[in-house]
Amino acid sequence: MIDSPFSQGKSILHSLDPRVKILVVSLYSFLTAVEKRPVVLLYASFLPVILFFLSRLRIREVVKRMLPVNGFVLLLWLFLPFSFPGEKIFTLGPLVATREGILYCLILTWKSNLIFLTTLLLLSTSPIFHLVHALHHLRLPSRLVQLFYFTYRYIPVVHREYTRLSQAAKIRGFQPGNNLHTYRSTGYLVGMLILRAYERSQRIYQAMLARGFQGTFWTLHHFQWRKADSLAGVIFFLYFLGLCYLKWL
Amino acid sequence: MHISEGILSAPVLLSGAGVTIIGTALGLRGMKEEKIPRTALLSSAFFVASLVHVPVGPSSAHLILNGLVGILLGWAAFPAILLGLTLQAALFQFGGLTTLGVNTMNMALPAVICYFLFHLLVKKKSTALTGIAGFLAGFLGVLLSGLMVALSLVFTGEYFRQVAKLVIIVHLPIMFIEGVITGFIVVFLRKVKPEILEG
Repeated sequence: MIDSPFSQGKSILHSLDPRVKILVVSLYSFLTAVEKRPVVLLYASFLPVILFFLSRLRIREVVKRMLPVNGFVLLLWLFLPFSFPGEKIFTLGPLVATREGILYCLILTWKSNLIFLTTLLLLSTSPIFHLVHALHHLRLPSRLVQLFYFTYRYIPVVHREYTRLSQAAKIRGFQPGNNLHTYRSTGYLVGMLILRAYERSQRIYQAMLARGFQGTFWTLHHFQWRKADSLAGVIFFLYFLGLCYLKWL
Repeated sequence: MHISEGILSAPVLLSGAGVTIIGTALGLRGMKEEKIPRTALLSSAFFVASLVHVPVGPSSAHLILNGLVGILLGWAAFPAILLGLTLQAALFQFGGLTTLGVNTMNMALPAVICYFLFHLLVKKKSTALTGIAGFLAGFLGVLLSGLMVALSLVFTGEYFRQVAKLVIIVHLPIMFIEGVITGFIVVFLRKVKPEILEG
């Protein structure tokens, strides 16, 4: 369920330092998110396209991952074209679609997909544990990083327990429907899941104490900053300089 | 409901990020060393629970349970939900970096409100009272979240008014179901393991 299939490749993008990736994604997302002019968005489109070719991922897989993202965008398309005053394009009963509304929708869709694509290409090409490790190096609070490690580590375990419980329910003839019985059974099932997670956490903490845990997580594997990372850093820096130039000058 | 990237305006994004940073800091500060595995495992459980689908009329919806997250975790609901959403963004591309603040705030602030309103009531002796408090927490958690999502959209621009209304309408049936299920979960936990509700 939570394996990251894209993280296994062997491209330049996969070997890029996760710290660089996180910084680039953050900067790119924030600069693009509040942009409205097509010129700037066109320039911003270069980055994901180039990254895509560098990543050597298959286009079909990437498109498949992008589909759920566009659910919310689709919702906007149902309403926004009709919510703007302006030049009339077509009417649908009492609703008037305007040029301004449609253009606004296009810009939002474009922007949304640019940010998602860049995030997908940069972040899902690193294993999550490496990203969390990078967050630690980027000076996020250590408690937050520890929480992140544990949560991610135990999601598959809890999910296995959930699968077992729901299979047990199915074997006993449980069929979900719109009734109180379904809500009660689901409630008890989730309650059981929470209970087991709670009890497991106690065992984990005791095991940690038994092994001499004193509040620090030691890192055994450190990132190696390579020449390629410096080079990538310089290229990204120049690219962002261009983006800022277009945005504000 | 998660709001996509590139849709909200800068002031909305920034206020969301601000509230989330403060909430997360408060949540982390109150967390003792031995509570970290507990909070993390509960976060994992809530992450998995959010994949559980229940029928709603002819369609189905996934559980949100932010009211329950609030009751069990208090201010730690902020870091827990922040991590959950980050993982969803990284693994399934639901939401992204710039909306992380707003989306976390929209779910975690109602959770914390539910904590202050109901965490004492849940521990009361009578099972009925526990169930009612659970129902209200589940109901209110989703109601407030829906309202906050709608407000985030409307504050971005008046033209989002229709979408915002739809968001609230979609949340209406889910509130009741969340309420009922949260009620059952809380009653179950009270009977089987009351320590969990002690915090």
